[in-house]
Amino acid sequence: MSISRRNFVMGTTALALAAPATVGRAQSDAIKFASILDLSGGLDIYGAPMAETTKLAIEDINAAGGLLGREVELTLYDAQSTIQFYTQYATQAAAGDRAHTVHAGITSASREAIRPTLSRFKTLYFYNVQYEGGVCDYNNFCTGSTPAQTVAKVVPYAMEKWGKKVYIVAADYNYGQITAQWMQKFVAENGGETLDVEFFPLDVTNFGPTINKIQTAKPDFVISALVGGAHVSFYRQYAAAGMMQDIPIASTTFGVGNEQKLISAEEGNGILASYGYFEAADNPVNKAFLERLKAKLGDDAPVMNELAIRSYEGAMLWAEAVKAAGSPDREPVIEALRSGLSYDGPSGAVTIDSQTNHCSMNVYIGELQDQEWNIVESFDSQPPADTALVCDLNANPNQSTFLFENGLAAAGID
Amino acid sequence: MDLALAILFQLVYVIANLALISLGLAIIFGMMRVINLAHGEFLMVGGYTVVVATNAGVNVWIAMLILAPLVVGIMGVIVERVLIQWLYGRMVDTLLATWGLSLLLIGLVTSIFGASTATTIKPPLGIIRIGDYTASGYELMLIGVTAVLFIAVFAVLKLTKLGLVARGTMQNAEMASALGVSTTRVYMVTFGLGAAVTGLAGGLLAPITGVLPTIGATYIAKAFITVISGGASILAGTASGSVLLGGINGIFSFLAGPTMGEVALLVAAIVLLRLMPRGITGRFFRKSL
Repeated sequence: MSISRRNFVMGTTALALAAPATVGRAQSDAIKFASILDLSGGLDIYGAPMAETTKLAIEDINAAGGLLGREVELTLYDAQSTIQFYTQYATQAAAGDRAHTVHAGITSASREAIRPTLSRFKTLYFYNVQYEGGVCDYNNFCTGSTPAQTVAKVVPYAMEKWGKKVYIVAADYNYGQITAQWMQKFVAENGGETLDVEFFPLDVTNFGPTINKIQTAKPDFVISALVGGAHVSFYRQYAAAGMMQDIPIASTTFGVGNEQKLISAEEGNGILASYGYFEAADNPVNKAFLERLKAKLGDDAPVMNELAIRSYEGAMLWAEAVKAAGSPDREPVIEALRSGLSYDGPSGAVTIDSQTNHCSMNVYIGELQDQEWNIVESFDSQPPADTALVCDLNANPNQSTFLFENGLAAAGID
Repeated sequence: MDLALAILFQLVYVIANLALISLGLAIIFGMMRVINLAHGEFLMVGGYTVVVATNAGVNVWIAMLILAPLVVGIMGVIVERVLIQWLYGRMVDTLLATWGLSLLLIGLVTSIFGASTATTIKPPLGIIRIGDYTASGYELMLIGVTAVLFIAVFAVLKLTKLGLVARGTMQNAEMASALGVSTTRVYMVTFGLGAAVTGLAGGLLAPITGVLPTIGATYIAKAFITVISGGASILAGTASGSVLLGGINGIFSFLAGPTMGEVALLVAAIVLLRLMPRGITGRFFRKSL
């Protein structure tokens, strides 16, 4: 074959085209872990600590020799507190990067924006945030705590301590609306009475009229599912009106964005909350973890809360599953996870429940004192009983729905 | 009776709060027809000044009443010199430029202080009792401060030479300039003063709101709507806009919940601007300040 100009051009073009593919193959030896979180915009108070612990988890995995002899490569996307970036980056991670797993989402809205995308691209999805429960999705593992784990604990504890009459304030979107329904349910089940429920758009900063209404209703305590920076004003104005001593507060959200640091000690003392983790959790894994975090980040280390710790544990659960499966591919990893896989993390043992793809976990009730949470009661390995009421992936794995989308009544829970 | 008094107090506070966060924006808009979309971030910087200063051991009153307006005022003058002075008379361009500025300020504060900053300040005053009800003494003080601030701005505009020159420039910049007034200086000083008032408002709100880099976004819309609804007169416009919108917001929040309160505020503003495109002071109190 003589080298004509055409042949030469075609040959070199083929080489040039092949070159990036070879580079790509060399890189693709790494196992790809994508994370999409809000690192800027209004939700960064939640997202920034989650990103820190996600990075730490991947470092730890690689320091221990990676997975199956391969390095784990983290791609971290900043969704900028904007839903449209979630869909964009989820598509990029699944179809472009071919990530083996995507750990993403903070608000329920962001989760619902990307869950269908990741199912469609058959990309394993972890949602590591406490939320209102109800996701029933074979491809999606929800490692955060749900109302049957937390609300069901803090409501009776507070009623025992303070009394039976409850006033609910909550953020006006699906998390707040659905969680408020759970609160009413648990209040009623424990023989209490809900005096009123109020919802607040996320940008409300003036809570004066509500504080008057609470004073009129005279509840024994207020339970809050308020969300975000603007709603921090509620606690401050409540304290400024001298209400903290008269009518105490329990919350299912206060503390996940480290709000306890945004108000002074006097304003926050006595607030009760329940999560799957507090820094005070008394176990050796946690102590070692916190020491390592301090050593690495120094005084800049964010206060660890459930979102941050569960982001670490979610990554570790996935890593354990990859090891057990002997492959990073979706099907074997999902099977390994659903075999009742468990990981001993800073919060205690976190175990996948195959019926719901949620986790059973330790749950703690904390009381705020001088901007720190003291654990006043803890419960071992609590199951995700709320989602389990309506979801059975063992019976029918072929599901990908959010069952509480239209509230609890629509899901058949009264 | 007690309840009525308590609600009335809250209503007055909602109005004063709206007036307080809007006044700085109104001064700048009234004087130079510049809408400062970084207004919310000016409030945020005022709040951060207080948080950072008190964390460093400064007395909270000094931080709120002196440092916050000073820092934001100086920042305002710099912004006017560097950015705004090139854009007078170009409304859309200033909107874009100040919007960019707002993003820049959020980014700067986040990269310096992180996503959130711990605070130790609490509202410095005790509580007041209205029969069975309690209200915050600090909120009562804020109502007072807002009133004093309005009187002070009125006095400056009406009684001082600076005020006379400023009003002249506001009415007819070219004529004022022909009479030997340095309009650039007037604009610079007014922008600085407007920024200082905004900084003071942000500082005063720091003890009763969350102070975060992104918190400005929750204020800008309300301040903007209040100023536009009020119209061009600085004081009468802000006062009438705040009374109308704050009153509606407060009443509906109490009767039908906070979501309806926000809805009612926005509906009222839309209807108002449909009927009076130049705002309340475009139709009534036209000669007022």
